[in-house]
Amino acid sequence: MLALQILIDGFAISALYALGAVGFTLLFGVSGVLNLSHGAIVVVAALIGWAAASILGTYLGNLVGVLAALAAAYATYFAVVRPIQRSPAIPREETEIFVLTGTLLWSIMIQVGAAWWFTDNPVTIRPLIAGVVNIVGVRTPANEVMIAVLCWVVIGLLWLLVNRTRAGRALLAAAINPRGLVLLGFELDSIYLLVWTIYGVLAGIAGVLLASFLGVGTNNIGQLTASAFSIVVMGGLGSVSGSLVAAFVVGYLETLTAYLVAPTLRPVPALLLLVLVVYVRPQGLLGRR
Amino acid sequence: MSKPHLLRPALFAGAACLALAGVAQAQEPIRIGVIGEESAVAGASITKAAQMAADDINAKGGIAGRKVEVITYDNHSSAADGVRAFQRAVSQDHVVGVIATYISEVALAIEPWSARLHMPFITTGAASNEISKQVHKDYDHFKYTFHGWLTSAFIAQSICDAQHDLLVTGLHMKTAVIMSEDAAWTTPLDERYMDCLPKAGLQVLDHIRFNPDTTDFTPIFRQIEAKNPDVIVTGISHVGVQPTVQWRDQQVPIPMVGQSSQATTSTFWKDTNGAANGVVTASAATPGVALTETTIPFTEAYQKRFGDSPSYTGYTTYDAVHYLAEAVGRAGSNDPDKVVAEMEKTNYLGTVGRIQFYGKDDPFTHALKYGPGLVTGVTFQWQDGKQVTLWPADKANGKLQFPPFVKTQHAAN
Repeated sequence: MLALQILIDGFAISALYALGAVGFTLLFGVSGVLNLSHGAIVVVAALIGWAAASILGTYLGNLVGVLAALAAAYATYFAVVRPIQRSPAIPREETEIFVLTGTLLWSIMIQVGAAWWFTDNPVTIRPLIAGVVNIVGVRTPANEVMIAVLCWVVIGLLWLLVNRTRAGRALLAAAINPRGLVLLGFELDSIYLLVWTIYGVLAGIAGVLLASFLGVGTNNIGQLTASAFSIVVMGGLGSVSGSLVAAFVVGYLETLTAYLVAPTLRPVPALLLLVLVVYVRPQGLLGRR
Repeated sequence: MSKPHLLRPALFAGAACLALAGVAQAQEPIRIGVIGEESAVAGASITKAAQMAADDINAKGGIAGRKVEVITYDNHSSAADGVRAFQRAVSQDHVVGVIATYISEVALAIEPWSARLHMPFITTGAASNEISKQVHKDYDHFKYTFHGWLTSAFIAQSICDAQHDLLVTGLHMKTAVIMSEDAAWTTPLDERYMDCLPKAGLQVLDHIRFNPDTTDFTPIFRQIEAKNPDVIVTGISHVGVQPTVQWRDQQVPIPMVGQSSQATTSTFWKDTNGAANGVVTASAATPGVALTETTIPFTEAYQKRFGDSPSYTGYTTYDAVHYLAEAVGRAGSNDPDKVVAEMEKTNYLGTVGRIQFYGKDDPFTHALKYGPGLVTGVTFQWQDGKQVTLWPADKANGKLQFPPFVKTQHAAN
C-alpha cells in the first residue's frame, strides 16, 4: 500500500521535474546557455496564470500563464542573454560566466518584483479536473493523474518535433556543430529563437501545472532553478534523455525520503547523489562530454 | 504682599515656558515607526492598519493637540532588515515608539535593540512566549518591549478552549494529531497543545513538526491518516495555501482546526481558490462580529480602503497605534521611561477586546492579558467564502459545517 503510494506520488512529481528540466537542458545543448532565471520564468507562468484564471476562467488562465512564460523567456533572451553574447567588451571565453551572472541577477529582479506585486505567498490554480480517483486503494487526485499524462504527452510532442521535423533536426545539428550549420546556410539566430520559444512554452506548462498540483510562489524560485540545474547536471549537460532519467531518479529519491525517513529531509539524498555523480562521473549519467 | 510680588515674575516665566513647550508639542507630531512584511499575507496588514489608525486619530483632532504620524518600513520577512529598519526609525526618523512584525524571529531580533536604544516597541503579530519572558527575566533592561498580540501559550489555550466546546462537546471527538511548522512561535504553541488538548478531551496521537519550506504535504497527510485521528490541530503561519489546497485536492477526510494565520484574511479564499472551505482557525477578530463597538466600523473601513479584510495583525496594529499614542499623550512627553510607565497602565477598549498588559511580577510581563472580558481571540470557519464565527459562543454567528469529503461521524461511534 505504502509502496504503491510512493510509486504513484513519485511518478507525478518526477514527470513534472522532467518537463521542467527538458527545456532547460535543450537550451544548454543548443545554445550553450545555462539559464539561472529558469525558476523565475516558471513562477511567472504560475502567478500570471493564477491572476488570469480569476478573470478568464481556468483554461484560458492556464493559456495566459504559458504565454506569460514565453514572453518572460523572450525577455530573458533579448534583454539579458543576447546583449551579453554580442557584446564586444566581453571576451568570448568569459561569455558563459557573464550569461550565468546576468540570468541570476535577472532572476532576482523578477523575484523581488513579483513578490512586491503578488506577495510572496504561494498561489494555486484550480485543478483542470476536480475530485479523486481510487488507484488500487490509493486515493489519488484526478488532477495528479492528468498532470503525469500531460507531462509525457508534451515530452512526446517535443521528441516528435526534434526528430521528425526539419526545424527540429536543425536544432540537433546546432547542438553538435553550430559552425557547420552556418556553412549550410542556416541562420543561427532563428535557431536560437526557436529553442527559446520551445523552452518558454515548456517552462510555462511546467509552471501552471505545478501551480495546480502543489501551489507555487516567489519563494520557490531558487529551489526550482536549483532542482532543474541538479537534474540536468546529474543527467549530463545537454542530454535530453539523461535529464529524463535523472528527473525520475531525483523525483523518486525525494518521495522515498519524504515517506520513509522524514518529509523535512526530502531534498537531501538527491543532493548527496548529485555530489557523488559529479565526483565519480562528471559528465553525468548519459552525458556526452 | 511682598511674597506674591517676588513670585509673580517667576510664575509668569514658568507659565510662559510651559505654554511655549505646549505650543512646540502641538506642532510636533507623535511619530510612530511601523515595520511590516509587505510581501507576506499576515504581515501586509500591519502598515495599512497603522496608517488608518493615524488618519482616524488625526481626523478627531489628534492626541493632546498632537497629530499622529506613521512612518512605515518593510523588513522583507528578514530579522536583519527588521533591525535595520528599527535603528533607522530611532536614529534618523526620531520616532517615540515602534510597532512591528508578525514573525517571532524578527520580534526577538528587535527586542534587544529596543532595550539598548530605550525605545518602546510593540509587536502586534509575533507570538513566541520568549518575547514577554525576556521582559520578565530582566525587567529594567527589557521593559521597553510590549507584546500586543496573544502569546503562543494563550493562542494554544484559546484553541483548546474553543475546540473543547466545538469538537469534544459538540461532535464527541476524542483524538487529535498536531501538525505545526517548525518556527520560533510554534515551540511554545505545541508545548501548550500537548498539555491542554488532553485536558480539553482530545488525546494527542502524534505530533508532527515540518519544515516551512515544505511544498508537497502528501506524505505528511498520509502519515496523519495512518493514525486515524478525529481532527488535525494546526500551528501554521509561514505556510498556509499549500497544505490547505492539497488537503482539499487530496480530499483528506480529517477536519483541520487550530491556528492558520494566513487564513485570517480574505485574500486566503482567493489564493486557495476556495480550498479554505471548512478550515477552522483562531484569529483576533472576524468581519461582521462586534467583539467591541469598534470592530465592525474598523473592518468595514479597512475593506473599503484596501479591498480585502484585515489579517489578525490589522486589528491588533490598529489598536496598538491608538494605545501607544494615548500613552504618549498621557505621559506628556516623548521620554521613553514615562511612555513605558503609561503603557503599563493601558486599559483600552480596542477592536479585539479590552487591552491590558501583565505586570512586572507575571511570567508574561507586558503580554496581552488573556481571558473573558479582556482578549480571548475568536475561532472561525471558512464557509462558502465567508468567515463564520463559531467561538466564543456569545459571538458566534453560525455552526460548524465541513465539506462533504471530511468525515466527522466516525468520531461519534
